[in-house]
Amino acid sequence: MSSRFRVRLLLFGAGAMMPGACDREEHHSRAKPVGETVPGGESPDTIFPGTSSAPPLDARAKLYDNNANAIAMGQTLYTQMNCVGCHSHGGGGMGPPLMDDEWRYGGRIDQIATTIAEGRPNGMPAWRGKLTEHQIWDLAAYVRSLSGLPSKDAVSSRTESMSTGTPQTLTPHGDIKNSDTAQQ
Amino acid sequence: MSGRRYARAALLPLLLGACSYQHYQSDFGAAATEDRQFLTLFWIFMAVCGVMYALVIAFLIAGLAHRRTEAEANVVETGRHHRSHPLMRTTLIGWTALIGVGLAALAIASFFADRSMAEAATNEKLSITLTGNQWWWDIVYNSNDASKTMRTANELHLPVGVPTRILLNSADVIHSLWIPSLGGKQDLIPGRQNDITFVPQKIGIFRGQCAEFCGTQHAHMALVVVVQSYPDFIKWWDHQLQPAVAPRTPLQLAGYQYVTNGPCSACHNIGGTPASGTVAPDLTHLASRKSLAASTMPMSEGNLYGWVEDPQSLKPGVKMPTIGLEPDKLHAVVAYLETLK
Repeated sequence: MSSRFRVRLLLFGAGAMMPGACDREEHHSRAKPVGETVPGGESPDTIFPGTSSAPPLDARAKLYDNNANAIAMGQTLYTQMNCVGCHSHGGGGMGPPLMDDEWRYGGRIDQIATTIAEGRPNGMPAWRGKLTEHQIWDLAAYVRSLSGLPSKDAVSSRTESMSTGTPQTLTPHGDIKNSDTAQQ
Repeated sequence: MSGRRYARAALLPLLLGACSYQHYQSDFGAAATEDRQFLTLFWIFMAVCGVMYALVIAFLIAGLAHRRTEAEANVVETGRHHRSHPLMRTTLIGWTALIGVGLAALAIASFFADRSMAEAATNEKLSITLTGNQWWWDIVYNSNDASKTMRTANELHLPVGVPTRILLNSADVIHSLWIPSLGGKQDLIPGRQNDITFVPQKIGIFRGQCAEFCGTQHAHMALVVVVQSYPDFIKWWDHQLQPAVAPRTPLQLAGYQYVTNGPCSACHNIGGTPASGTVAPDLTHLASRKSLAASTMPMSEGNLYGWVEDPQSLKPGVKMPTIGLEPDKLHAVVAYLETLK
C-alpha cells in the first residue's frame, strides 16, 4: 500500500466521522403527551424500605442528565423560581449548599427531582403541581450540575443572566460521596 | 426580452408600494414626529444623491457617445494632454462646487434632525419601562403615584401628541425595539438602560418587532402598538389598573382555581388573585389584548385553547411549558381566561 493511498484512506475515514461530531444531543422542548409519560411513581430516596439496595435509576434520567438544554433551562428556572432565596447560587444559606458533594436525600438525578417535587422537612417546599414534571427534571439536571458532576461539554460557559461568578465549565469535577453510596 | 416584458418588469417595483397598505408596519407610515423627521431626512438624502447619480450617468453616456477628433486621438504622444479645454475646466470647477454644496446640505439636514430628536427626549410627558424577554415584552406604565403604576405585556398603548419616553431594559439577551411607523430603533441591552422618545401623530394600530436576533423565537417577538386619543388612553389605563373580574359560572370557578393554584401561578400574575408570578406576561386583562404570545397569533377562543394546551408546538422553545391539561381542565382554564377582559 502506497503512502499516498494510506493518507487518502485516513482522510476519507476522518470525513466519514465528521457528521457524527454534529450529533451532540437532542433538545426536548416539551414533555411527552399525557398517558405516554414513563411511569415513575416510586420516590427514590436515601431510605429504601423493604429492600437493601437502591431502586433502579428512573428511565427519564438519561433524557435530562448531561443534557445541555435541560441544564440551561434549569438554570433559568433556578433564578425565576427563587431557589436562590434559600440555596444562594449553590453555596447555601437558609437551605443547604448544592455545590458540595454532600446530598442529604441522594445525589442521583431522580432523587433530586423527587426532592424538588415532594419537598423536604425544614423548609423545602413541594413543587409538584406548581412546575411541570419537565421543568422539575430540568431543575434537577441543573442542581446536579452545580457540584461539577456532569461532563464539561454539557454545562454552560455563560449563565442565562448577568453574573460575575465563575463559569460552570471551570467548576472542579467532584465525586459523588453521599449517604446514598455509603449505604450501598 | 420584448418591449412588453420590459414594461411588465418596470411595473413590479410599483407592487411593493401595495405592501405598505395602511402603514401597519412601514417606515413611510409617518405616524410620529420622529418618523416624519426621519422621512424628511430620507427625502433630502434621496434628492441630493439622486441628482448626483443622474449627473454621473449623464457624463458617462456623453463621454461614451463623444467620438475623438483626429487631433485629440494622439494627445499623449503630442504632449498636449495636460492642456485642458476651457469648457472642461469650467465643468470640473462646477462639479467640485456641486459636491461641496451637496455634502453641506446633507450635513446641515442631519444635524438639525438630530438636534430636534434630542430635544423631544427632554420634553417627556409619559414614562414607560419596556423590558425585553425571550420572547415577549414586559411593559410598565410609570407614575409618580405608586397606585397608578401599571404592568401589562405585549401591547403598547400610546396617547396621540404626547411625548412619550420609553426606558428600555433586557432581562436576558440583547433585543431591539423597532416600531417602523413611529420611528427609529433602539437596542435593549442587559445591564444597561437605553431610551427612545416618540411623539405619536396618527391614531391607529401599528406593529413593532424585535430587530435583533435573540433566539429561536425571535420572529415571534412582536408588539402591538395602539395609538389613541388622550381621553381613550386614560380610560384604558384606568381599566388596566382594575383587578381581574371574579369568576361567575362553575366552569369559570374551576378554571380560576386551577390557574391560581396550579402551575400557571408559578410564573404569571393576575391582579387581585393569589397568582403572583413575575417571570411571565401579566394576565390580569389578557382577553382585552389583540394578540396572544407576543403577536404569534390573534386573540381568539380557538387560539387560546391551542396555546394553553400545547404552546411548545405553536412556538417551539418558548419558556411556557406544555402541561398536558386534561380536556375538562382545559375547558375550565380557557373559560376563565376569556373573562379577563
